Amino acid sequence: MQLPVINNAASEAPKGGCSAGSCGSTDDQMNHLPEHIRQKVFNHPCYSEEAHHYFARMHVAVAPACNIQCNYCNRKYDCANESRPGVVSELHHPDQAVKKVLAVAATIPQMTVLGIAGPGDPLANPERTFSTFSQLAEQAPDIKLCVSTNGLSLPEHVEELSKHNIDHVTITINCVDPDVGAQIYPWIFWKNKRIKGREGAAILIEQQQKGLEMLVAKGILVKVNSVMIPGVNDKHLEEVSKIVKSKGAFLHNVMPLISEAEHGTYYGLTGQRGPTHDELQALQDACAGDMNMMRHCRQCRADAVGLLGEDRGAEFTMDKIEQMDINYPEAMKMRAEVHAAINEELESKRLAKEAKVQLVSIQGIQKKEVTRPVLMAVATKGGGVINEHFGHASEFLIYEASSEGVRFISHRKTIPYCEGGDTCGDGESALDVTIRELAGCEVVLCSKVGYEPWGPLEAAGIQPNGEHAMETIEEAILKVYEEMRVAGKLETKADEQQKVA
Amino acid sequence: MALEIIESCVNCWACEPLCPSKAIYEAKPHFLIDPNKCTECAGDFEDPQCATICPIEGAILNEDGDAMNPPGSLTGIPLQKLAA
Repeated sequence: MQLPVINNAASEAPKGGCSAGSCGSTDDQMNHLPEHIRQKVFNHPCYSEEAHHYFARMHVAVAPACNIQCNYCNRKYDCANESRPGVVSELHHPDQAVKKVLAVAATIPQMTVLGIAGPGDPLANPERTFSTFSQLAEQAPDIKLCVSTNGLSLPEHVEELSKHNIDHVTITINCVDPDVGAQIYPWIFWKNKRIKGREGAAILIEQQQKGLEMLVAKGILVKVNSVMIPGVNDKHLEEVSKIVKSKGAFLHNVMPLISEAEHGTYYGLTGQRGPTHDELQALQDACAGDMNMMRHCRQCRADAVGLLGEDRGAEFTMDKIEQMDINYPEAMKMRAEVHAAINEELESKRLAKEAKVQLVSIQGIQKKEVTRPVLMAVATKGGGVINEHFGHASEFLIYEASSEGVRFISHRKTIPYCEGGDTCGDGESALDVTIRELAGCEVVLCSKVGYEPWGPLEAAGIQPNGEHAMETIEEAILKVYEEMRVAGKLETKADEQQKVA
Repeated sequence: MALEIIESCVNCWACEPLCPSKAIYEAKPHFLIDPNKCTECAGDFEDPQCATICPIEGAILNEDGDAMNPPGSLTGIPLQKLAA
């Protein structure tokens, strides 16, 4: 049985399309996008599931002020070891930020995108944000610029955004109903007043929707972020997804609420829980019928640097940058070569995939066997291959294999079980955390897995597998799934499958 | 008549551009208000702008030394949770 890979985002804007418009596959839904949009996103790590294995991004923290309060945010927070939105270790003035971007782009040629995402709201800091953008547009024209905003002051800045050639904007829209909004936003600052509760939420919602419409009218690409808050907006987000799609947003990113009490947020201190992996996936699947969904978001820091899932920010502190001697025009040539090589690799992957899909359609005449879906976890350092030791993984990518093919579901963070060398003393408890995070997965694929975690993993119903090191993730998953089918392991749990269906 | 910024300020820059009398300035370890310039926005705005956008409860005091945004007033976090 040959199966297609159904969830690779359009890495090089492939032509053609999926006949099933709501099949939930990022790849197929990217195909619905007009050619000019696909060309804009194919090398954007945050927008393309495929590209994020190859291309890097960075944020500069030039925008500390905010004009609203969200119940999931604590403005006092600053931690070097935390990776989540709003957290930042070093604030920069625009000139410093520009210097940092040039240094990073020269050192990490895979970097394609510079974003401003806070820690406050970039458009509540228009001078700092636009000063950064205009300098970069001039000095580093090979870098894409994007901005993330809560939307409150978006309408008044759309014109300016279009002048700076910013073709990507993310708006965080958690609701379209002021009653829901009142449970998420305690206040906004609007026309020189602090406006609390439902009234404030209503203004915010109106501005967000107006800003979205204006950006789309200008031809600026809009992604919508939503934070899934169980019991607050979880039921409501399908409606949000429908509305923003109908208004022209090209991608919806439903992210889980982060609400650990130690972060000191309202939600954290009042016991509001975040969604489970299953709840998040169910909502993303429900929204996918109407929307191109994003599932590989790492909810990164406001000063993140590097590939998604890694953070190289510590290499680029201001004192280190001051000592770097950057010749950017020279770096730009090297960057162009690196980008061309990546594009070539992605193109050859795409052709191989297309050939496989054709083979499947030929075989499709034969009776298709319906087998139950299986979740598999993968340890990878990037590049789309299985190349991470089980014990070194700080995150696992979760894929679903089914008779429909393979699709990417999400990523799950964990504590590396083994830091390597002699530092495995704490292994036991970290392994427990990993096993808990991998709940629901039946297989974990990694480049290598030690004897010690093998038993506990099997006992938890997760089959460790180190036989596919350096293989392409999707192909390895298909092989393992086929092995399971031959071994008769896909016939069980039929009741469960019906329940899911 | 002047407001004061105290050490709980997180240097978020929200207040500085809003001040109609340019009384707020960047300083270490936190932003400060020049008492000779601060008018509490009288004549310019109904509400003192710095205290109206400040996200940190208790970071801005009035001339009597009382918090313009007392604990719990901005986040809605119950006081017993704040103390914990």
